Formats: sequence, C-alpha cells, structure tokens
Amino acid sequence: MTRLAVLRSAPPTAWFGLLVLTVVALLALFAPFAAPYGEREVVAGPFEVWSESHWLGTDNLGRDMLSRLIWGARNTIGMALLTTMIAFVVGAATGLLAGTVGGWADRLLAWIVDVIMAMPSLILALLLISIFGASTAMLIGIIAAIEATRVFRLSRAVAMNITVMEYLDAARLRGESLPSILWREVLPNASAPLVAEFGLRFCFVFLFVSSLSFLGLGIQPPTADWGSMVRDNATLITYGDVTPLLPAAAIALVTVSVNLVVDWVLHRSSGLKD
Amino acid sequence: MSETLLEIRGLTITARSGGKTSTLVEDASLTLNRGEVLGLIGESGAGKSTLGLAAMGFARDGCRLARGSVVFDGQDLVKMPERRRRRLRGARVAYVAQSAAASFNPARTLLEQTIEAPLRHGLMTRAEAEREAIALYTRLRLPDPETIGRRYPHQVSGGQLQRAMTAMAMITRPDLIVFDEPTTALDVTTQVEVLAAIRDAVAELDTAAIYITHDLAVVAQMADRIMVMRHGKVVEEGETAALMSNPQADYTKSLWSVREFRAQTKPPSSAAPHVEARGIVATYGDAPVLHGVDLSIQPGRTLAVIGESGSGKSTLARVISGLLPAREGECRMHGEALPPSYRQRSREDLRRVQMIFQMADTALNPKIKVRDALGRALTRLMGLRGRAREERLHQLMREIDMDPAIHLDRYPGELSGGQKQRIAIARALAAEPEFLICDEVTSALDQVVAEEILRLLDRLQRERGLTMMFITHDIATVRALADDVVVMKDGHVVAAGQKDDVLDRPTDPYVRTLMESAPEMDPAWLDRLLASRAA
Amino acid sequence: MSGGLARMIAVRIGLGALTLLLISGLIFGAMGLLPGDVAEAILGQNRTPETVAALRTQLGLDQPAWSRYLDWIGGMLTGDFGKSLASGRPVADLIGGRLVNTLSLAAYAALISVPLSIALGILAALYRGRLADRGISIGALTAISMPDFFVAYVMIFLFAVTWGLLPSLAAVTPDAGLGEWLYRATLPALALTLATSAHMLRMTRASIVNVLASPYVEMAKLKGLTPSRVVVRHALPNALAPIINVVAVNLAFLIVGVVVVETVFVYPGLGQLLVDSVAARDVPVVQAACLIFAAAYVSLNLLADILAILTNPRLRTAR
Repeated sequence: MTRLAVLRSAPPTAWFGLLVLTVVALLALFAPFAAPYGEREVVAGPFEVWSESHWLGTDNLGRDMLSRLIWGARNTIGMALLTTMIAFVVGAATGLLAGTVGGWADRLLAWIVDVIMAMPSLILALLLISIFGASTAMLIGIIAAIEATRVFRLSRAVAMNITVMEYLDAARLRGESLPSILWREVLPNASAPLVAEFGLRFCFVFLFVSSLSFLGLGIQPPTADWGSMVRDNATLITYGDVTPLLPAAAIALVTVSVNLVVDWVLHRSSGLKD
Repeated sequence: MSETLLEIRGLTITARSGGKTSTLVEDASLTLNRGEVLGLIGESGAGKSTLGLAAMGFARDGCRLARGSVVFDGQDLVKMPERRRRRLRGARVAYVAQSAAASFNPARTLLEQTIEAPLRHGLMTRAEAEREAIALYTRLRLPDPETIGRRYPHQVSGGQLQRAMTAMAMITRPDLIVFDEPTTALDVTTQVEVLAAIRDAVAELDTAAIYITHDLAVVAQMADRIMVMRHGKVVEEGETAALMSNPQADYTKSLWSVREFRAQTKPPSSAAPHVEARGIVATYGDAPVLHGVDLSIQPGRTLAVIGESGSGKSTLARVISGLLPAREGECRMHGEALPPSYRQRSREDLRRVQMIFQMADTALNPKIKVRDALGRALTRLMGLRGRAREERLHQLMREIDMDPAIHLDRYPGELSGGQKQRIAIARALAAEPEFLICDEVTSALDQVVAEEILRLLDRLQRERGLTMMFITHDIATVRALADDVVVMKDGHVVAAGQKDDVLDRPTDPYVRTLMESAPEMDPAWLDRLLASRAA
Repeated sequence: MSGGLARMIAVRIGLGALTLLLISGLIFGAMGLLPGDVAEAILGQNRTPETVAALRTQLGLDQPAWSRYLDWIGGMLTGDFGKSLASGRPVADLIGGRLVNTLSLAAYAALISVPLSIALGILAALYRGRLADRGISIGALTAISMPDFFVAYVMIFLFAVTWGLLPSLAAVTPDAGLGEWLYRATLPALALTLATSAHMLRMTRASIVNVLASPYVEMAKLKGLTPSRVVVRHALPNALAPIINVVAVNLAFLIVGVVVVETVFVYPGLGQLLVDSVAARDVPVVQAACLIFAAAYVSLNLLADILAILTNPRLRTAR
C-alpha cells in the first residue's frame, strides 16, 4: 500500500487527530508570525475581557492570552517532544540491547529499573526537583531519566519476545554479529510497538510537564506554558470566566489527538501483516 | 434404526471482519441417522469445525448461518429462537472440543463442570448427576473415577481431560455429539486409549456423532460414513470402507495417496560416521532434558529421530547445531570434535551444518523479503555478492520449484505455509551444507503439502548427497523418508538401528507400543490392536 | 492453603520490604547527588557562613553517610521525621493531620470510582462493539487524555461557580463534622474519581474481553447455559484476578493523583504539603512525604500481587 492509500483508509477519528496535530504543529513552528503579540509583552491591564484587540483577553500581568497560548504550544510541546526523544533513545537502545543479549547484565539492569519504577514517577520527580531545582535543562533531564526506565522495560520485553523466535536462531547460526542481529532482525520487528509506545509516552510526558508547571515546579515564568497559564489565571474561574480553562483544554485536545492516532497505528499493525 | 436425526440442507456460513464478508462454508448438505458416526475430514481452513458447530445451531462471534437449514429431529435450528436452541444444547446435542485443557474452566472442578448441563436443564438431581458422572468416568476408563471429579483441570493429564470432556458431553445421553479433533493435541500412545474409550462409549450409548479430524487413519477407525471437505465445500461423501478403497474425487485421491510416498532406502553401509554425538547431557536451566545420548549418522544417509513430546528430540537438534551447548559429551563431524557453542564455531563449521525449523512462520523474519533472507545467507556463508549472488538466488528458487520473478520480492506473510517452508529449505541449501537437521519440518503443514516437502527434501538429498537428521513424532513420515532410526523417550535413546529392524522387529517394549499406536488406514486396525492387547 | 502458596506470598512480602528499603536508600541518597555542598545549595543566595554551619550540624553532615541514613530510617520507623527547615517544626506534626486528610480523601474517591469503573468496564465488555461500548470507550480515552487539573477546574466551574452546589475550596478543618467534611471533600473526590476511573475501566474491559474469548466460555455456551450464567459462573471467576489487580494498581495511581487535586482545591493534605515543600526546598519534609507516598504505592502493588496469587486457581490448588 502506498502512503496515500494508507492515509485514505484511516478512520475519521484518526483523521481528526492528524488534523489537530498538524494545525498545532504549524502554530507552534510559526509562533512568531502566528501570534498577534510577543510572548512576554505586556499589552494592556491585567485580566481584561475578550475584545477585538485581544480575542481571548489578557492574563494576570496584562499579556495577550491568545499570543501566550500560541507561544505556549511551542514551549510545552517542544519540551515534551525533546524529553520523550531523549527518553526513547536512551531507554529503547538499552532495552533492546539488554533484551537481546540477556545474561547477568540484563538481569541487573532490569532489577534496578524495577526498583526505580516501584516509586511513583511524580513523587520521584518532585524529590529530584527539590534537590536539583526546576531549571528547564534539569526538568528535561529528570523527566527523561524517569521515562527512560519505562521505555527500557517495554523495549526489553519486546526484544525478549523477538529473541525466542527461530529466525533469531537462524541468524545466530549464520554467525551474525550482535549489531547486525539488532539492526536487521530485532529492530524491524520492534518498530510497530515502539512507535505506538512513543505516542503514549509523549502523552504521558506532556501531561507530566503540564502538571509540574501547574504545580509551579515546571517551566518557570515568564516563559509561556499551558500548565502555568492555568495556574496563573485560575482565580478567573471563580468569577465564571472560562478563559483559564482554554490552555488546559488545549492540553487535553493534543493528548486526545495523539491517542487517536496511536490507536489507529496499533490497530493497523495488529490487524494487518505486510 | 435408519431414522434421520440431523439433516443439513444448502447451508452457507459467512464471517464478517473489518467490513469484509467471507464465506466459511458454502452450500453444504449432510444427513445423519440416529446412532450413526459421520467423519468430517479436510485440511485446515476447510470449514469442518464451523460446519460441526452449525450442526448445533451455533455460530462463533462474527459468523452467521446465512442460508439453508439445519433440521434436528424435525426442528430447524436456524429459524428457532435462541432460547429454544439453548434448551437443546448440552441436553440433546453436545460438543467435545479439540483442546480440553483450554475448554475446561480452570476455576471449577471437573465434576462441577460435568454435571452442570443436566442440572441446569433440569434433567437430573445433583445426586443422580454425580452418580452418572462417576459411571461415565468409569466407562471412559479414567483412573480413580470416584474421586477424580474433585480435581481441577490443571491437576489431570491431557488424555484424561479429553476423556473427562467426553463424559461431560455424554452425561445427558444426547442424541448427537460433535467431536472436534479430540485427539489432535495428544501423543500417539495416549491417542489410542482416548480413541478406544470414545468409540466404545458412543457405541454402547447409541449416540450419533460427527467426528471432525484431519487424520485419515483416525477417521477410518471411528466413522461409519466419511465426508470430505475443502475450501468450505463438500467434495465427496460415502460409506467408510467404500470411500477408503475407492475414492472418486481428485482431491480425495490426492489426500489418500499422501501416505504412499516412500523414498528409496539406501543399502546398509559400513562407512565411517559423518556426524556423531557421544554421551550428550543437556539441561534447560536446571531441568535435565538429555541424559547421555549417543547417535551416529553415516554420510549421505537419513537418520530419523522419533519421540513423543518431552522426549528431548528437539533439544538434541539444538545441541548438535550449537544453539544449546551440552553440559557433557561432544558432537563430532568426520571424527573431529565440534565446539559445543555456535559462538565458538568457525564460519566453515556453521556453514557445513544447517538447520530447518518446525514453524516456517517463526523461522523467517516477517520483515525481511525472500531475496534478502536468502541473499544474507549467501553473502555471510558463501561470500557471494552482486551478480553472482543474484544468479545463485534464481538457481536456488528454481531448485525449490518457486518462481524467482514472482517470489523473490515477497515478504513471508505473502506466501503460503508450504512456500514458506520451501524458502526455509532454500536458506539452508544456500550454505551448501553437508549435514542438514530438519526439526519437525512437516508437522505444522497439511498432509498434501507436507508430502510435497518430503519429496523435495528427498530429491535434494539424493542430488547433493546430503547427510540428514530428521526429527519427527510421526511414524508415517519416518517410514517414508528414513534409512536409520533412533527412538527417544524421556531424554534417553531406547532403540537405534536400520529402519526395518527398529520399526518392524522392535525389541524394546516402548518402541513396540509406539509402533502399534500409530493409526493405520485399515478400518479394522483399532479393533485388531485392542484385541491383541486384551489377549 | 498449601505450604507452597504461603511461601510464595512470604517471598513477595519480603521482596516488597526489600524494595521499600532500597527506595528509602534512594530517597536518602538522592541528597548526596546535590552538586557541591548540600547546605550551601539549600540556603542559596541568602547564605552566611553561620547559617551554613548551623544547617550542616542540623542535617548531620559532619557524620558519615551510613550513620546518617541509619539515624534517619530509625527515626522514620519510630515516628521521628526530623525538623522542617522552613518552619523549624517537627515534620511529624506537619504530616500527622494531613496524612489522615489525604487518606480519607483517597478512600472517598475509591468508594466512588471502584464500583463505577468496574460496572462500566463489565458493561462495555459485554456489549463490545455496540454503541454503549463505543460511548464508554471514547469517554474513557478522553478522560485519560485530560490533565487532572483540567478535570478539577471544569468541575469547579460547573458545580461551584455555575450551579453553586458545592464549595470550590475544600479547606476542611480537623474539628469539622462528617457532614461538613463530605460537603467540602465531594468535589475533590469526584475529580479524583474521573482521573482514575478511566484507567480502571479500560483495564477491566480488556481483562473481561480476554476471558470471554476463551474456549471454556464457548464450551459453556455450547452446554446451553444462559448468558447470565455463562458470565457469572464461567467468565467472572477467571476475570476476578485481573480485576482485583487492576483495582489495586489504580488505587496506587489514586494516591499520586491526590497531589494535583489537593493543590487545585487547596485541600490540606500531604500532597499539597509536598508541593509547597519542594518549592521551598524543605528537604526533610520532602523526604518524609516521598517515603510515605512510596510506601503506600509499594504496599498497594504488593497487595495486588498477593491477591492475584490467591485468586489464581492453578496456584490455590497445587498439583
């Protein structure tokens, strides 16, 4: 099947997800052009209502809400994506390697990861933040490290399922080297579950970063970020204004969209053999 | 006695999945009289099970009885409301599934499950049902019939479970029982006991039965009449004796002729052994599997290793190939010791010994095209590249009777089971080996396809003078292909020698039981065997 | 119960205890990861040599690490959690009442979410592929995708601001009566329910669908049993183990979800204390709170493990 035909066969839910993600990605990429005002620019009084010049009003410091929403897409999603990628490269590489090679090094790693995973990730993150502080680089490092353990566990399990296959025996009996076995035999068969896992991990990291920001322990002001925008303007809710819910709704929308696309990818890879 | 019990007319069964409708059974008709046993035979995907379940008015999730009628004792099950169908099931029609281990609820005892149907249908009191269950357990020759019902399914053996399931089906004295491959998952020595138990019980209670199987020899023992199915259609039907001796349809003839293949047996030779195993002891983790196994194969000959599940025959293949290094003992080739692990073997050693696995599905990487799967072996082990490699690829494909232009660029998922196994054979041949290990290479295939693979292997062996070790649980395959035979049981070799000596003049009691237990096409085989055992 | 089973459970409990010990080491040792001098880093810009020296003594940094760890873990076991750096009050005083608040909130939420999500999960599994199932499944997927604080604020917006049914702040006081407590804690409990039910529902549905596809359920149907009997006698007993496991695992999630929900509703619980202490870098309080959360999490997962063993007929009745 060509790529186009694959897309055409996608269900409406997946189409919806892809559409939302494309729009959000474009807004994030072209934030400087798409946003009517600057990210940190104070343009009016605090908490102004929706108007011609400020479609979504202004925030607690008098910055344009719409502009910060667009800049926030760039910051929050960008950071979540970077974090997920780091977690993935580290976790998947070690996990696939450990699962393929086996032996005592694999068991030791798996045991260490089990101990780390026995602690809830939010609690572990809070502990580490209290020690290392909440600079952006630290946050990325901390969350990537925590998530890498989850990715490790999954990739290891995937690799272990593949290593019991007889085509791995056939490759061993051909005298294939370890890198060649990983690259030619294991990776192509691990890609479908790993792609799905990437989507789910991204959702998790995205919600995680947003929650930390909301708690005031994530992305620090004055950087625009969806989680902290909710926190900063939450008082408006008690006056019946829904504006502070918009960044939260944006988070939900992005996560739902990723989930819809992942569901479709999983369904395809389980239902169809190519 | 010839009163009609079940009459299926023009039945078509369809399945929907992913928005597409496919036909599982097309325009099938059958008639079954009271007390009669009808054998339903065909290869996988022929629609036997689907038709068997339809005889109970049942269709699996996603399937539908689209057209036709199933008239049971004068009532059409297709038109009947579900509530009335339910009242028949488990009371007047019953089912015995292929895998008793999966079909018993693991959370309830055997007795609870045996008596559930009569209690629920209000046919017996609990005390009556329990008495009846114990009587049936006795009749089906289960050990400790009084107490075995208190056990959970995981606490009894596979053969016993299958008999308990037969008791469960029989307890309401149904008019019809559908047996769906009840002995396929069992070893041959266990199979005989279950077959005999089922046949006697069916005869004594005068129950009609539909007996579904892919094994001709089994159906010949069990059925009064046989119906052959293929691709969802009925191909041929007739009295057992007549159909066995004189099949009409081409497809039936091809099924019947499967077991006639015999490779030319090579004359005994006194050449020095090509491959030897000496005192092999092997374990999985701490569990011992092989306890000092010896064998030797002379050049150009085929050694068949026979054994039931758990005998250690596949482990032996893994030890010789180097995948599982032996704890003790050694493997030799041309008198020289091979390093125990494949890791220590030279590329030349790896090239000379090739292995073909049972499941071509898992032996071929689903993400690698045929061209690359074979090409990789040519490059790694033969050092071929570019044009030379391409030429050799085409040559290999032709040797296994496949079309290079069509099949080289396919993924394994786009090939049939038999084609996949051919590709696996070609991959082994690509290395131009001296010694070929075949581990149950035909047991996952339908009989006609399996026979084609056997013929191919035999031809290749003769053309190339290969030495072969052929591992199988199927005695018919051994008779077809082997020169020499080794029989294994519980990690020991119990008999070894030339085929005729081992198979036809067995001295070891286990080998004798094993040989007797292999079903034969003669419909009188089971009676003869039981009579000789009783004597 | 057979001896093998008892031994298996004892091994699990032992492993759980060992895990907890290692986690305590991790929580304690994490402080040592701090670049440079702990005391200087904690005090930050405003440090003077005197305050640094005082803090060093208070943290016991003049003693070797293992002896400090033994002191710390010994204190934890006897209820002495050290002193807060921010307020100077004993950590035990800070935690005591809040721990009770948090546990009662979690229990309240569990009472709503466990029956609700199991019932919906079973419903979705029984009617799989039909409208009810699709509705429930899409609802669950949406709920999983929403940040906890979004759910909480939407509830405040609807129940407190728009309809005025419940208070938006859950500032419960120790002397409040049960009625008052329920009135104030209902909204946080509902928010927590929504956040955790979706997971529980999806996992319940998956395990029931799995059991319904098994050959023994088909066998039960072929015995002519009624659909309700097939489900109650044949499917449920085998789905029980996975469902119990799902519940325990999700209660562990709930314990963590508490942190965000408490902050939204300004509910005086352990989660809020933890967040405030992290912001203030009040290390002794953070360590104590983390250890308590981790202990709850590990114990619930351990409980899930043990219940899974006890409800497995293969293990319960050995060969």
